Amino acid sequence: MLHTINKSPFESNTLETCIRFLQPGDPLLFIEDGVYAVQAGNKFSDLVNSTLQNNPVYALQPDLEARGISSTTEGVKSVDYEGFVELVEEHQVNSWL
Amino acid sequence: MRLSTPSCFYITRTIVSTVNIGILLKEGPYNHQASDTAFKFAEAAIKKGHKVDAVFLYNDGVTNVTKHMDPPQDDRDIAKRWNELGEKHGVGVLACIAASKRRGISDDVIIEKGEITGLGTLTDIAIRNDRLVTFGD
Repeated sequence: MLHTINKSPFESNTLETCIRFLQPGDPLLFIEDGVYAVQAGNKFSDLVNSTLQNNPVYALQPDLEARGISSTTEGVKSVDYEGFVELVEEHQVNSWL
Repeated sequence: MRLSTPSCFYITRTIVSTVNIGILLKEGPYNHQASDTAFKFAEAAIKKGHKVDAVFLYNDGVTNVTKHMDPPQDDRDIAKRWNELGEKHGVGVLACIAASKRRGISDDVIIEKGEITGLGTLTDIAIRNDRLVTFGD
């Protein structure tokens, strides 16, 4: 199942909650303010890194750009809206709000 | 110089059959990103050949489709573009009746392609589509 997160981890605990529910292999997609989680070198980098051991992690490129995030935690893939749609093609979706 | 054309093409991408998608939008326009994300997602899905069955507007989401919306010229017209999605691509733009009544949204103020309907319709959308994607805050 694809999990989308749209909240900054600095203001909400949806990332931590979501990670507790992740099954190995489930993709995680950060959108909107959620993309702050994958900014390189912040306090969530370790959490994102450990998630990457068992789950692919994506961030929506236009939302990264809108927030001036040019450097993301290594291993995180950026996707555009087409990539978002491709993830939805392959998985059921759980949108964490 | 003459440009050579490749002698054959290889299909490198997996061909995915059409996915039927329902969208649930729970926030109003302009003060949350949800409406923009939902719209761009719907657009991208249609462009990839998928069927976006309907956008169900719930809670403040119903304010996406008021026809008197008149944003500055250099800004996106959110109600208009939902209407166009309905017009050009047959996407149902459906507002929850209970949420609409609470917010003064009636058939008189809704966009042409919009429709006020019951919450049961959301269940139908979830059942008849392959995916339900939620946008909100």
